[in-house]
This record gives sequence, structure tokens and C-alpha cells, in this order.
Amino acid sequence: MTGPGGADAFPRGRTAIVAAATHGIGEAPGFSSMDLAVHASLKALAQVGLTPADVDGLFIGLPDEFLSGLALAEYLGIRPRVTDNNRTGGSAFVTHAFWAALALEARACDVALICYGSNQRSKAGKLVSGSRPSPYEAPYRPLAPISSYALAASRYRHLYGLTREQLGAVAIAAREWARLNPEAFMREPLTVEEYRAARMVSDPLNVRDCCLVTDGAAAVVMVRADRAKDLAARPAYLLGCAAAAHHLDISSMPDLTVTAAAESGPRAFAQAGVKPSEIDVVELYDAFTINTILFLEDLGFCPKGEGGRFVEGGRIAPGGDLPVNTNGGGLSCVHPGMYGLFTLVEATQQLMGVAGARQVPGAKLALAHGNGGKLSSQVTAILGTEETL
Amino acid sequence: MDRIHPEQDYLRFLAAGRFMILRSRSSGRYVFYPRVAEPRTGATDLEWVEASGRGTVHATTVVRQRPPAADYNVALIDLAEGPRMMSRVDGIPPDAVEIGMAVRARVIVENGKPLVVFEPETR
Repeated sequence: MTGPGGADAFPRGRTAIVAAATHGIGEAPGFSSMDLAVHASLKALAQVGLTPADVDGLFIGLPDEFLSGLALAEYLGIRPRVTDNNRTGGSAFVTHAFWAALALEARACDVALICYGSNQRSKAGKLVSGSRPSPYEAPYRPLAPISSYALAASRYRHLYGLTREQLGAVAIAAREWARLNPEAFMREPLTVEEYRAARMVSDPLNVRDCCLVTDGAAAVVMVRADRAKDLAARPAYLLGCAAAAHHLDISSMPDLTVTAAAESGPRAFAQAGVKPSEIDVVELYDAFTINTILFLEDLGFCPKGEGGRFVEGGRIAPGGDLPVNTNGGGLSCVHPGMYGLFTLVEATQQLMGVAGARQVPGAKLALAHGNGGKLSSQVTAILGTEETL
Repeated sequence: MDRIHPEQDYLRFLAAGRFMILRSRSSGRYVFYPRVAEPRTGATDLEWVEASGRGTVHATTVVRQRPPAADYNVALIDLAEGPRMMSRVDGIPPDAVEIGMAVRARVIVENGKPLVVFEPETR
């Protein structure tokens, strides 16, 4: 069964995010990853006058607890009807929105909580991952996951002539947005000269091409649209959400310059019935600067091979034509191991009009895009205000 | 059906100095990394065959280290038989490895374990 324009039967606009919160961005010593996730969850629930006892759908995936769905139910003292603990990497939480929408629509649950937290910076000082290194890759000592993204960037540069300045434009745009976000971890200016002088990590990616290593937590609350207006002044309705996956390890990526966003994006746009040119604000999972360029292309904001030129001249920075990663992104705001949920939080806050100095005036349509693994799993969500229904 | 023990067989061949990959008898397609079935078809009529060792650099990076540790190359190599694998190119500086470069496999022992690396093809 397909809907208008060849879309699948995703329940467009029939569910909404009514609350979105972050907690402990930067450094939050003395707390477990679960403590931080619960702090964010309580903040989000409080925004709409709910408590843990009202939640009957749980969606979570912590970096350091394989069974975190069960751990969260136990911690909150609730008995959820739906518990999802999927493992598609940092994209998982946008995928959760997909499953939450279907579960809410089917009345399998009534209040869905999606949350994440990590104490990786204060506890380990580096990325915490439960993923097993491939025996066919590990002996060559690629930096995980940086070298995988560097290999994709090398291939992209070979085919399309990517310059250092173009990668730098992504990093600098993220920093300019972060400077407008009081929660962002890195808020000092980043100049072209500083970008160029940054220590190379895995060519062509230097340390400013790489996401932060921070603590942090996020949470969103989803309900059916009929209840959303009772809870929130400006709900962010989920108009489309679609996921795609190609591989786990970079050696198995079919085309290093085309991500599965080229599948998830068009499906999400078809569900939502909108075009890239109509999107007011774009939140992309920028684990590395190359991600932003690849996703802008694969999601249809510019043709393949044009992404490097597209980001030049401040186009995605504050004041540019297309606001991208308005919280400062994984590059300059927060990256607690898995960032996906922060794209949904920022998209929601922009649509709710509560983004403060970084608010995109009159934003009605937002795109949140999650990435997992090594450009492996991709998921695109399109959210809109009431007037887009 | 249970003739192929992917990682175990691969490493046993490698320890004997042989770089072996899999091929489906029915489709003729080569498979790497080793697994129990051909991707997509699920065909289990796989057999071990010796790789030609010929390849082309598909993508390359240099992992930068703090001195005195040396920088090193990590590359993706397209094997002449079709599959792509992660490896590295030895014999030239890590930043001299270029996409499109013809390379040839060599089995070495590193940290006590056999490993396939590549060197620039000499013509």
C-alpha cells in the first residue's frame, strides 16, 4: 500500500514530539550514562506535565549497557508496553522516532520516551563503543571510526576535487552556530587559519574535522497528534521518517561517496510530501565534516559532487541561505558517542520557536538526519509545525 | 553447507603464506571477506581459491601519530577479482599512496600473525 507520490503508508503528521530536552552537555562528572539520560528525560517530561509513570513506550540505547531498555524501565520503575533498544549506531534515536510513530499509531503505546546519555568524556576521555572491530580491518589499525570517514573523504576528493577550505567551511559554520548556543561545548571563534593549522589525524581529516568527545544527554517525548495540542503550544509533527542501511565496515560500503541517505531521504520526503527546497532548518549528524557535505548531496539539497562548493561562502552558517546544524552540531556543540537524538531535539526546538539567539525565524519545516557506524546506517526525519499538516 | 569455516580457514591459509578468497561455483562471483554464503543469493557453494594478488588502490589515508611513532597508511584495495578489502600499501611513504595505483599483495607476519599487505606493482 502506497500513498500519494509513491510514498509508503507512514502515518504522516499523526504523531508529534511535544517535548525535547538536553542535559549535561560538555562535562558531567559523577554521573552514569543512565543518570544523565534520566535527567534529560525528566526535563522533557516536565515540559508537558508528565512523570515517568505516564510513559508506556521506551526507546533508548546507551553506549555502555547492552540491555539499556530493560535498565531504563527498572530505573524509572515503570512497566512499558513497548521497549526498543535497537543498535544501528548513532542513528538509532531517529530510527526510534520511526518505530515510536508506528507504535503510537497502532495504540501499542500512548506516551513514547526516546532518550540517550553518555558520560564518556568524564569517565573514559574517549569514544566508548561496544562494537567489535572487524578481524579483516583491525590488523591495519584504522582509527575507529575516523579513518573510515577519512577513506570516504579521500575517494570523494579524488572524484570531485574537495578542498581543505571546503571541509573547513563546514567546521567553521558549525562553530559560528555554536557561538549562538549557550549550551555548546566549544564557543570560541574558529578561524580559517586555525582550521588549517589544526593537527592532522587521518588524512584528509584534521582534529577540527572531527566531532567532539563530550558527555551529554537528550530526550524527546512523542504522543499522537490528537493529544499533542493539549500538551504543547507548538508540537513538532512527524511528517516523514525513513531509514536505510548498507553495511557496517567501510570496506563493504558499496560506493564511498554515496550514503544510504540517498534512499532514506527521498522516502522521507515522499512521506512528508515536501521538497528539500521547502526545508527551513537542517540538522545533520556531523560526526566529521565530510558527513555534512555527503548528506546535503544525498538528501537532495545539491547535486552529487557539488557539496563542497555548496558550503562555501557561509551558506550553511548563521545568516546563510540554508541554516544547517543550528546548535553547533557534533563538531562544536556536543558529541557524547552517539549524537543522533540531538538532531531531533534541535529540530524540535527550532519548530517550537524556543532556540534563542540561534532561532531560525519562522521555521516551519525541519529535517533531522541520523548517521550510524561508518556512514553505515542512515535515517531521515521531517518535522513540521501545525501549519504544515 | 558446513565446509567453510570463514575466519579460521582464511587465517590457516594465510599462515601457510597463501592469500585465499572465496568463489561461488554457481555464480562465479568472488567473495571477500570470507563468510558462509554469497551475499544476496545466499549460495553456499563457496570454494576457496587463490587470489591473484593484483589490486588497485580505491581510497587511502595516512594515520598521523605523535613522534617518535611513525605515520602509517591505511587503504582500501579493489582486488582484480572484484571484492574490496582494507589493507595498506608498504614500500613507499604512506602519503605517496595514490588512488588508482596498481598494487600487488604480499603475505607478511606482523605481531606474530600473518597479514596481507600490498606493494606498488613493478612493471
